[in-house]
Amino acid sequence: MHPVLVLVVQRIALGLLLLLAVSAVIFLGVEALPGDTAQAILGQQATPEALANLREKLGLNDPAITRYFRWLGGVLTGDLGTALTNGADIATSIGQRLGNTLFLAGCAAAISVPLAIILGLIAARYAGRWPDKLISGVTLTTISLPEFVAAYFVIYLLTQVFPVFQPVAMVFPGMSFWAKLQAVALPVIVLVVVVLAHMMRMTRAAILNVMQSAYIETAELKGLSPMTVIWRHAFPNAIAPVVAVVMLNMAYLVVGVVVVEVVFSYNALGQYLVDHVSKRDLPVVQAVGLIFAAVYITLNMLADVIGIISNPRLRHPK
Amino acid sequence: MRLPFSALLGLSLTGLFLFIAIFARWIAPYPIDLAVGGVWEGPSAKYWLGTDTIGRDILSRLIYGGQVTIFVALASSILAFSLGSFLGFLAAVKGGLVDQLLSRMVDLVMAIPSLIVALVMLSVLPLNLTVLILVIGVLDSTRVFRLSRAVAVDIAVMDYVEAAKLRGEGQSWVIFREILPNALSPLVAEFGLRFIFAVLFISTLSFLGLGIQPPLTDWGGMVKENKDGLIYGKAAALMPAAAIAALAISVNLVADWVLTRTSSLKGGRGG
Repeated sequence: MHPVLVLVVQRIALGLLLLLAVSAVIFLGVEALPGDTAQAILGQQATPEALANLREKLGLNDPAITRYFRWLGGVLTGDLGTALTNGADIATSIGQRLGNTLFLAGCAAAISVPLAIILGLIAARYAGRWPDKLISGVTLTTISLPEFVAAYFVIYLLTQVFPVFQPVAMVFPGMSFWAKLQAVALPVIVLVVVVLAHMMRMTRAAILNVMQSAYIETAELKGLSPMTVIWRHAFPNAIAPVVAVVMLNMAYLVVGVVVVEVVFSYNALGQYLVDHVSKRDLPVVQAVGLIFAAVYITLNMLADVIGIISNPRLRHPK
Repeated sequence: MRLPFSALLGLSLTGLFLFIAIFARWIAPYPIDLAVGGVWEGPSAKYWLGTDTIGRDILSRLIYGGQVTIFVALASSILAFSLGSFLGFLAAVKGGLVDQLLSRMVDLVMAIPSLIVALVMLSVLPLNLTVLILVIGVLDSTRVFRLSRAVAVDIAVMDYVEAAKLRGEGQSWVIFREILPNALSPLVAEFGLRFIFAVLFISTLSFLGLGIQPPLTDWGGMVKENKDGLIYGKAAALMPAAAIAALAISVNLVADWVLTRTSSLKGGRGG
């Protein structure tokens, strides 16, 4: 088998193994913490008989490991169980919200990726001079802020100082695509601000790293213009690290989206998760937590796989 | 040696924040939980930063909130450091199975975003200060573990460590008397970054309503309380937001400076 393929298969297998381990942490780790599901549902005033009945009904008397495999089997067949708080089917509730989250994150990704790469190229082109210092200074500041703080500064700026947008984002079924785009404009801007800084700084570092190679010096000595050097010589070699950067930041978007959804009361997966953490609805939290973890692990795995495939040194076995 | 302006600014602002946090009781003009004015009044001579969603003085709440934010962040970063560096050194010194086991466990926790892990944990644990400090500290200790293990692996092969082992010193002597003093400078710079991480983490949790609970408050919680005012153009939510930003940036400036200082020290004792 081709060595690249071996590496890719190994990496994917490692990712799947990691995902399995993470599912065990999410289920068994929580079991190990103090807290009683039956008590959580019925409250402090519940009688011992009622508690015992409910434990029986929920299968809480089985050993944790049995329940883990029952849960895992359910997850693999698309059955995520029912919510403790309202008895709704979790898979259905997630299905309704997943689209909204993907729409928001997708819009943010579509804007932030090209923008970050262009800004990163500009910063690398003028490294150490004022455009670089300006871009790096601004991004350093946004990195030091939590997502929700950045969010409220952007909201205040764009709804009060320059009233361009509505401060709430409502998306409901039956809305036209255009109307949806308008509704999510502000959350998308916030997410872009949050992700852009990380992505741009890593792009800049990746390109600057390539710029120190001998072939770049040759290109410069040939008398090529700086932009041609970057575009024709540095960028193709920087693609692998840049793609890895983009993927890592898409993973970062996964966390950002949770907070931004709460900021805008945007009815999607992150809001659903946070709501049910405060309601102490464990099955929902475990299911949504697993989804977020799976997306995060998959994106990281994808970054590695693209890195392996695009590395020319691995393409020609000795 | 001259202190660069950014470091001076960072140090004095950080000092100011610490001073206000420690002496909050004597500095705050009004009690933390008393409605003294109208709802969302603008800044005035009486209420310097205005009043909040139920008419409490924002400045006073900022001062008390800062106390909670800084205390939780400090306590959890100290916990993260003690736990992370001890286990990191242990992994480096022991090697073998202990190292493998600890490293793989850390890999596992770091494979999921900290916020998601924290949310899952907080859905079962009671919400109080101790639990929050423990959760943030333990999650953050994974990063300290990686750093201190990497630093200690380099130190563990030094001649003086070898000499101490041959002298017959025990494990704890090697960790605390040989490795710790030599690993201290990179760890000190890292402490600043971990502290910022803890500030951002506790603020985010409180903002989501899963951190500090009333009657106590912190800056993240204050943003949450006052966020609806933004729709009517009331800037109350921006004050605690600005406080978080100012604290994070000033500690960042100090950490940056320590980092460049310690990395220039690598070659020798001069500089």
